[in-house]
Amino acid sequence: MTLTETILARASGRARVEPGDNIWVNTDVLLTHDVCGPGTIGVFHREFGRDAKVWDREKIVIIPDHYIFTADSLSNRNVDILRDFVREQHLPYFYDVIDDPEGHWQFDAARGQLKRQYGRSFAGVCHTALPEKGHVRPGEVLFGTDSHTCMAGAFGEFATGIGNTDAGFILGTGKLLIKVPETMRFYLDGALQKGVMAKDVILHVIGEIGFDGATYRAMQWQGPGASALGMDDRMTITNMAIEAGGKNGIFAADQTTFDFVDARCAANGTKADYQPAELSRDQRFVYDQAFDLSALEPTVAMHPNPGNRALAKTLGHITLDRAYIGSCTGGKTSDFLAFAEIVRGKRVAVDTFGVPATPGVVDDLHKAQWNGRSVWQWLEEAGVQMTENASCAACLGGPVDTFGRMNKPLTCISATNRNFPGRMGHKDSKVYLASPYTVAASALAGRISDPREFL
Amino acid sequence: MSDQLTARVFVVGDNIDTDQIIPAQYLTLLPTVPEEYALLGSYAMIGLPEGAYPTKFITPGTQETEYVVMVAGKNFGCGSSREHAPIALGAAGVRAVVAQGYARIFFRNSVATGEVFPYESVDRLCDVLKTGDEVTLDFSNDTLTHAGTVYALKPLGEVRPVVEAGGIFAYARQTGMIPAAS
Ligand code: SF4
Repeated sequence: MTLTETILARASGRARVEPGDNIWVNTDVLLTHDVCGPGTIGVFHREFGRDAKVWDREKIVIIPDHYIFTADSLSNRNVDILRDFVREQHLPYFYDVIDDPEGHWQFDAARGQLKRQYGRSFAGVCHTALPEKGHVRPGEVLFGTDSHTCMAGAFGEFATGIGNTDAGFILGTGKLLIKVPETMRFYLDGALQKGVMAKDVILHVIGEIGFDGATYRAMQWQGPGASALGMDDRMTITNMAIEAGGKNGIFAADQTTFDFVDARCAANGTKADYQPAELSRDQRFVYDQAFDLSALEPTVAMHPNPGNRALAKTLGHITLDRAYIGSCTGGKTSDFLAFAEIVRGKRVAVDTFGVPATPGVVDDLHKAQWNGRSVWQWLEEAGVQMTENASCAACLGGPVDTFGRMNKPLTCISATNRNFPGRMGHKDSKVYLASPYTVAASALAGRISDPREFL
Repeated sequence: MSDQLTARVFVVGDNIDTDQIIPAQYLTLLPTVPEEYALLGSYAMIGLPEGAYPTKFITPGTQETEYVVMVAGKNFGCGSSREHAPIALGAAGVRAVVAQGYARIFFRNSVATGEVFPYESVDRLCDVLKTGDEVTLDFSNDTLTHAGTVYALKPLGEVRPVVEAGGIFAYARQTGMIPAAS
């Protein structure tokens, strides 16, 4: 069985499963956030009753992250709905924006967008926060009310996005009826050349198979090139499985994974035992392709979809209005360090917005020092508008006052993961997806640029 | 569900993503609150670029559509996992979507919520039909008829019992997975 099949067989109490089997699986973690949490809670109350109790308090993780730093009153209300539910059910894992469990969240627009407006428990973008806070473990089954839940497959677990109704069902039962996906294998060989990042790998592959090329399927990453990648890079790759239509993306857990997971579970006091899925000899794939990492070049997904691939070096004629670095895919510490490596000591030529994925990333960037200055300072001095308010921000547009949102038909290069029409705001705006290196180089030049010229 | 439905269609092309079905700025609306459910319907398909889609999906001055069947090309509903997408269509009055293909989560959410019936067509109907055409869907025989021509639709297969039960909760109650509603 493939990694995905092995995990699903175990989670459904069977010795074996085959692609196409419809099985009830047990959930190890259910993740929800401020956009889909209130709807999920509504479904739970409607179907199981006002006094119903969730199936397992320890297995629910709630991370408000989408529409947080906005004066939109419905958005603020939605965070309050989460808090009420957490109080009602005594849930231990709620990463609230504010620290007062009886309080109400209200964004204060007068204080501006840049300075921190959250309390100690806030965790930032759910998919990046989930591993930081010790909620990912190899071999487990994670469901989340967000399509990029597949990111946690980087840790060797089965992780996929679901809707509110399915999530409401899990809240009451811990179970979900799912179809076992066929597995596609992507075998990575060789090493990335300087200036090429994990983001280029996934953009290349999506361009190769098409952005519906993995629909209903698992994307399994293997090979020496995969094992050599660090956790952040693996996360970038599994994050975008959904951008090829995939049900999940998955790497085999190895020492890199165990070190990361064990440290985070210990630091946060979360469940520390797990049973990884082993790579077996008898694996059947519906697609099996090798990729030589050393042959990859900086890659861009052009407007209007993530499969619309081109090499950065061929797009110099695309002039830009803005650049954006942030999100679960591209707002991790390693992403900002790569970005800063290029812009340090220079000046961006277009409006450039930086939104760290989590408060942890904000702290890392304040702490990391280059020549006596923090990376955060280097970024600001290069003209990047950096906000401490870690959240999804303009990655998905959001309310009109969202930081970095395109309220006009602009052209933007972005380190995020999705570029369908209107994704980052105005429906006639255009978004080009690229690695943090490529976004940085393009921000300096004001046009799409190959970062290898800047390193 | 009655066996047949005669209605006018709204036709879209390939890769209609969830931001076009219901843009992210409306996701603050809570589908389980009746007024907000209706409002979600009133914004259905508002993310379609006007250049390519000059006909308004929602009848001006109302919260509903006159097009009860949505006809689409490949990869309908790609993008986010937002259940607001099938819900917005259902709230606007859409009963069925007939697409050449679906993104996984949209299909799943349609089945789980019972909001819209997600049919897959054998032919590329988005090239055959145009917005405003009248069609008849036959749910017993899995066909769509337009101007005397009968087009085959793919049977729903293993998810049909879930759709027929009215969604995942009703199905789970029927099969004894969870206790019947009191
Ligand atoms: S950062 Fe973007 S892609 Fe990631 S969870 Fe938020 S909205 Fe989704």
